[in-house]
Amino acid sequence: MMHESNILSLLLILPLLGAVIVGIMPRNDVWTRRIALAFTLLVFVASLPLWYLFDASSHEMQFVTRVPWIPAFNINYAVGVDGISVLLVLLTTLITPMCVLCSWKAIDTRVKEYMIAILVMEAAILGVFMALDLFLFFIFWEAELIPMFIIIGVWGGQRRVYAALKFFLYTMAGSLPMLVAILALYFTGGETFDIQTLSQGTYGSTFQFWVFWAFFLAFAIKVPMFPFHTWLPDAHVEAPTAGSVMLASVMLKLGTYGFLRFSLPITPDASQAFASVVVILSLIAIIWGSYMALVQTDLKKLVAYSSVGHMGFVTLGIFVFNTEGIEGAILQMINHGITTGALFLMVGMIYERTHSRLISDCGGLRMTVPIYVTLMAIFSFASFGLPGTNAFVGEFLVMVGTFKSSILAGAIALGGVVLTVAYMLWMLQRLVWGESTRKEDVVVTDMNGREIATLLPLLVLVFWIGFHPQPFLERMRASVAHLVSEMSPVQGAQHIEGLNDVTLPRKLDRVHSHAAGADIVATGRTIVDSCSVLPCQISNKDRKQTL
Amino acid sequence: MNFAISDLMPVLPEVFALTMACVILIADLLIRQNGRMITYLLVQLTLLGCALIIVGTHESGVVHAFNNMIVDDLMSDVLKLLTCLALSMMLVYSRQYLAARSLFTGEFMVLVLFAMLGMMVMISASHFLTLYLGLELLSLSLYTIVALQRDSSAAIEASVKYFVLGALASCLLLYGMSMLYGATGSLELNAVTQAIQTGTADKNLLVFGLVFVVAGLAFKLGVVPFHMWVPDVYQGAPTAITMLIGSAPKLAAFAFAARILVQGLQPLLEHWSAMLIILAVASMALGNISAIAQTNLKRMFAYSTITHMGFMLLGLLSGTVEGYGASMFYIVVYALMSLGAFGMIMLLSRADGFEADTLDDFKGLSRRSPWLAFMMLLLMFSMAGVPPTVGFYAKFSVLKAVVETGHIWLAVVAVLFSLIGAFYYLRIVKLMYFDAPESHAPITYEQDTALLMSANAIGVVLLGLLPGTLMSVCAVAVQQSLMLQ
Repeated sequence: MMHESNILSLLLILPLLGAVIVGIMPRNDVWTRRIALAFTLLVFVASLPLWYLFDASSHEMQFVTRVPWIPAFNINYAVGVDGISVLLVLLTTLITPMCVLCSWKAIDTRVKEYMIAILVMEAAILGVFMALDLFLFFIFWEAELIPMFIIIGVWGGQRRVYAALKFFLYTMAGSLPMLVAILALYFTGGETFDIQTLSQGTYGSTFQFWVFWAFFLAFAIKVPMFPFHTWLPDAHVEAPTAGSVMLASVMLKLGTYGFLRFSLPITPDASQAFASVVVILSLIAIIWGSYMALVQTDLKKLVAYSSVGHMGFVTLGIFVFNTEGIEGAILQMINHGITTGALFLMVGMIYERTHSRLISDCGGLRMTVPIYVTLMAIFSFASFGLPGTNAFVGEFLVMVGTFKSSILAGAIALGGVVLTVAYMLWMLQRLVWGESTRKEDVVVTDMNGREIATLLPLLVLVFWIGFHPQPFLERMRASVAHLVSEMSPVQGAQHIEGLNDVTLPRKLDRVHSHAAGADIVATGRTIVDSCSVLPCQISNKDRKQTL
Repeated sequence: MNFAISDLMPVLPEVFALTMACVILIADLLIRQNGRMITYLLVQLTLLGCALIIVGTHESGVVHAFNNMIVDDLMSDVLKLLTCLALSMMLVYSRQYLAARSLFTGEFMVLVLFAMLGMMVMISASHFLTLYLGLELLSLSLYTIVALQRDSSAAIEASVKYFVLGALASCLLLYGMSMLYGATGSLELNAVTQAIQTGTADKNLLVFGLVFVVAGLAFKLGVVPFHMWVPDVYQGAPTAITMLIGSAPKLAAFAFAARILVQGLQPLLEHWSAMLIILAVASMALGNISAIAQTNLKRMFAYSTITHMGFMLLGLLSGTVEGYGASMFYIVVYALMSLGAFGMIMLLSRADGFEADTLDDFKGLSRRSPWLAFMMLLLMFSMAGVPPTVGFYAKFSVLKAVVETGHIWLAVVAVLFSLIGAFYYLRIVKLMYFDAPESHAPITYEQDTALLMSANAIGVVLLGLLPGTLMSVCAVAVQQSLMLQ
């Protein structure tokens, strides 16, 4: 029996092992696909214990492995997950098999190289979410670029070379200043790359200023936030379906994850000082992304711009610095991964049939493809946050958090929600009932078993999170509470005295477990109420001190 | 001059190399052209023998010989070993290429051995005269090797340029050394240091001499604004010879710079470090920007060399043990990568004289030979400094040293230019993977070359996954050798 702390390392090794096996086997497209799928599924199965064994009551890193790697520089191979990253790890392991599945027919040249790229990318992305060592984090952060660059550049569309280079150089432009910041942190924080140690240090305000902006640039480009978002539509449009899915579902989360893991804990003062800038940029992203989505005639571009808007909600939630906002943001990261991933998959499916991504070419489907239209409708609704779907819970929490912090920002974000509804519904209308410019001889067939199987898990998740978000929220709660308390140590200190431990009120759990579509509003309120009376921030602070 | 037999032990590798060079020179006269393999194997054996002697005569600590003209320490041993390795790899890579261009001659191989002797002397010199002797032996061998292809006007032009500018640089260096001698009264590095530290030396004279020494060094390293010869020589010389110039001599050049600046002129750190800042920034700027405009691969790598040398200087100018160690690590990694990159050009060049040295020749390589394309991809990402390849750690350790000494702005400048640099390395990857091939001629190569190529490129990744050993070897070597006084 394997020790549970090795799960994470296993998750890193399995995809790489798969890549090696695919690499050395003789060229056989059918078996290459099967083996790649088997390995990605294996990774998913191997990641399931994370869901069950994760201790939701602790904000500490779990499943930790720590081995010295480059002792000369005090660099460790250290991996672990907490409430912020565990769901993202699971999302990644869930999405990757779908990427393999959706490429089953779409990729027919150089299948071997393609599958290797997907598997290596999975390992690298998982590594980013798990790394507890800043150096290790940076390695994975950069390494994940190479397979994506190749996926876009080799299997992409017309302007793939341009898109691939733009993607790579943009991201690298962000990450190099981050490298300097990492080095500066290393020396200021006592010659260590350990993320937890660095997070607990306190740094001068000038230092925080520079480090914050260096990290900000890297993460903002990755998210991407306005005005660094221009690489995204190009990359999405040119990438093959699996590339888009991987990019939208998982890779964009690297940026927002970075904000949560580094910017907020390591540079709390600078984060708060510049929160308004980030909030304004987020609001611009929400409105601008939605407006741009409204005028697109290309389906993929539409979904790409919708990502800009949705990620705007995530950054907004993070930078209001309250429990609701951050919980909502994390949940929204998962939600966006699910719904936008599904939308890209569906766009890819219709593209395989019509060989065009123009809405007009794909439009007027009416009832010829009932399953496709139904699923498209569900995922579009989920994307704009219809109550009962996953995005509603996330967006709602973000909105609550935002309103708590600033009514004006909340009002503007609400405007963005309306725009989201508008472009999604309009797209759906054109797709289903609109005029079609499709050539006569193009026959659109309905989804086959493989395609349905690809989307099924996402469909389940849409409603699972929509009606019963409790299991997801409770896993992140302790970590978020800890993070929030770190952010506002002064506020925390006012409340506590003598509280050593904290248990979340039963009420909260009960309400969550009953939460159904109609109850969501109440749930949200309860969270707001309970959090404002909860001493959880304080106790975590306390615990740290006793440590 | 007292002479003791024990003096010979530290220079045993040099003695062996010289003897073998002479033996091979004579033996080669008796070998017909179709038996040239024998000469080749003899040279490889010499390299192996040198390596074994270096390991065998290794002693912990620092051993001086010949009245402190020669020093045998850990740094010299490590660098000499790597020089042997690099030359041996160079010979394997270029055998087929040279044979196809009737350059696979005894002269070439003997000259390589003399160049190696020069490098070894440079590496373990601790006296201005021995330093200069080694440098001239290396340079004169290289001038001749570049001109070996008599019927190529480009090669002759390159050789003349190299010679004229190289001679000028030697003059600058000598002039600077004479100034330092005038100020300190000694040519021996340790004595120079002591003289400066005691404060008896005339400061103005010292700095005046230093300027010339740094200029001469910059010429030899090929950093801006003394870089003019680099692109022409790299492009004009046959690729095998470009590889020879671009790999092992860089190791020696590092040792040369470290011996003079760190071992000899450490007390003048604030002066030379300010000069190196200018050289480094200018090199990174000009090298990276010019490289983008190149269509000839060898010329592009020449500019990339300028950049890499600039980057290497960053470690030196930080003036700390970590910085020197980082520079040494950087130069070793650079030599490894440049061997691979030039090796690939030779691998793709054909027996009929065709040179695969333009960007277009790499178009669609992934379809013509997926394995070679992948190897080149690894090398290019390593040159660009993308993790997890070893090129990243080289850049990282240098940057770390720079940040540690508080030159944050310098680190920022360095990463910005690295970003520009990433573009032209990526362009090669793009050509190989995204474009359709222009030529469908089959790629023919010998097994040993391909094997070495794979080992070279995979080594770049393996060293990237486990960089600790090489890093600490460099750090310890520098610490033991340069920081004693």
